[in-house]
Amino acid sequence: MALYSEKVMDHFRNPRNVGVIEDASGIGEVGNAKCGDIMKMYLKIEDDIIQDVKFETFGCGSAIASSSMATELIKGQPVSEAMKLTNQAVAEALDGLPDYKMHCSVLAEEAIRSALEDWRKKTQADSLP
Amino acid sequence: MIYADNAATTRMSEAAIRTLVSVAKENYGNPSSLYSFGQRAKEILEDARSAVAEVLGAQPREILFTGGGSEGDNQVIRSAAELGRRKGKKHIVSSAFEHHAVLHALERLKKEQGFEVTLVDVHEDGLVRPEEVAAAIREDTCLVTIMTANNEIGTIQPIREIGEICRSRGVLFHTDAVQAVGHLPLHTPDLPVDFLTASAHKFHGPKGVGFVFVRKGVQILPLIDGGAQERNKRAGTENVAGIAAMATALREAADHLEERGAQTAKMRDKLIRGLREIPHGALNGDETRRLPGNVNFCFEGIEGESLLLLLDDRGIAASSGSACTSGSLDPSHVLLAIGRVHDVAHGSLRLSIDETLTDDEADTIIQSVKEVVAYLRGFSPVWRDLESGKIPHIL
Repeated sequence: MALYSEKVMDHFRNPRNVGVIEDASGIGEVGNAKCGDIMKMYLKIEDDIIQDVKFETFGCGSAIASSSMATELIKGQPVSEAMKLTNQAVAEALDGLPDYKMHCSVLAEEAIRSALEDWRKKTQADSLP
Repeated sequence: MIYADNAATTRMSEAAIRTLVSVAKENYGNPSSLYSFGQRAKEILEDARSAVAEVLGAQPREILFTGGGSEGDNQVIRSAAELGRRKGKKHIVSSAFEHHAVLHALERLKKEQGFEVTLVDVHEDGLVRPEEVAAAIREDTCLVTIMTANNEIGTIQPIREIGEICRSRGVLFHTDAVQAVGHLPLHTPDLPVDFLTASAHKFHGPKGVGFVFVRKGVQILPLIDGGAQERNKRAGTENVAGIAAMATALREAADHLEERGAQTAKMRDKLIRGLREIPHGALNGDETRRLPGNVNFCFEGIEGESLLLLLDDRGIAASSGSACTSGSLDPSHVLLAIGRVHDVAHGSLRLSIDETLTDDEADTIIQSVKEVVAYLRGFSPVWRDLESGKIPHIL
């Protein structure tokens, strides 16, 4: 039996949306190198729609695959939808993760939420008189 | 496939397979049965014992067959602890980077029986200092257990010096030689050890078989109760075919020890030279006092499991001390013991080769590791921070 599903391996081998957005509307970074996983998400938001999303990840196969899948799930979505992204949705979209790797999907959810919060803070600051 | 995980397990030798199959087929009798068919199996068992003993320079009576390395480690430790406890000696000296078969057995003694354990430092070079073992020994020390060679970083411990110290202090000495037997010359008459544990599948024998050398006159208690097999020290019908195959494999390994060791070490050094070209990486463990087949590196900014999966895609089987490969949150206790910080320990790679690795295969490994490390660093936020100077490089 393989360690990971075909979906996980596909997203690990060919991660979608890898990279950086230089003029990102919001950036979120979660995890720490001590535990072996760090995810960084970059969002480009216009008219409350996630126009573009990129990620950088230091971590195991499932951490990279979870990041990749999470970006796919929110790209082109309204912010309100992206806020609802759960780790379960990420794991399910990957056809499941081993139990001890579920924290990778949690990290992906947290990274996106953190980037959205960063965007919200920035836009609120901009809208102040 | 390029197989570079011989410290995990080895390919069985053709000769060992032949022995295994032929004994299983032709001599399936129970060695404890008195009819001649059973006694033939008994003979095969005792021939194997003599063969194993001969390789070590030991006497056949000093060889106790077991179900593998973990069992051997557990039996020696629990036995020495029980015999020590009866004399009020409840202290054991070991090292911080022993195999879990040793460390977890010691943990159990601490938890369940109130034993005290001193783990000596293994330093940055991955070598135990004999004088630190000497300093750790107390009046109530019943056992010193230090491995012959480390399973992750391959460093070879000064077991002769440690053994001499133990002997002069009247303390039993056990060495877990699972990674060393069949790979390093070990001659028990001039090696001051009381117990030495080995496992067949690490030297091209079958899995689930091993032995413990128990020096003549030194007592050992059974771990498994039952029948009178192994002179009452290990109950259960003997794995005759496996034991015979182990003897064949050990004989073969001993016959070719020098030439295979030299060839393996040559390829090891080639791999070390090649992988050193990767920036911000470092060899783990002393460069020369290490097993001929062991290469272990840490690379900054990447995580080991991703590295292994991508090497697997390129047909290379290797291993890592990263947390993600073990199912725990902590990276290898061995790498932490030699002072690698968590962040770096996650990015480790162990290549354990044998003499069959070709020059071309070594080149493929070097090239693949270089490419995969560079690829993973390409989208690692840790690497970005290291390169931008936001966090300092350690390696």
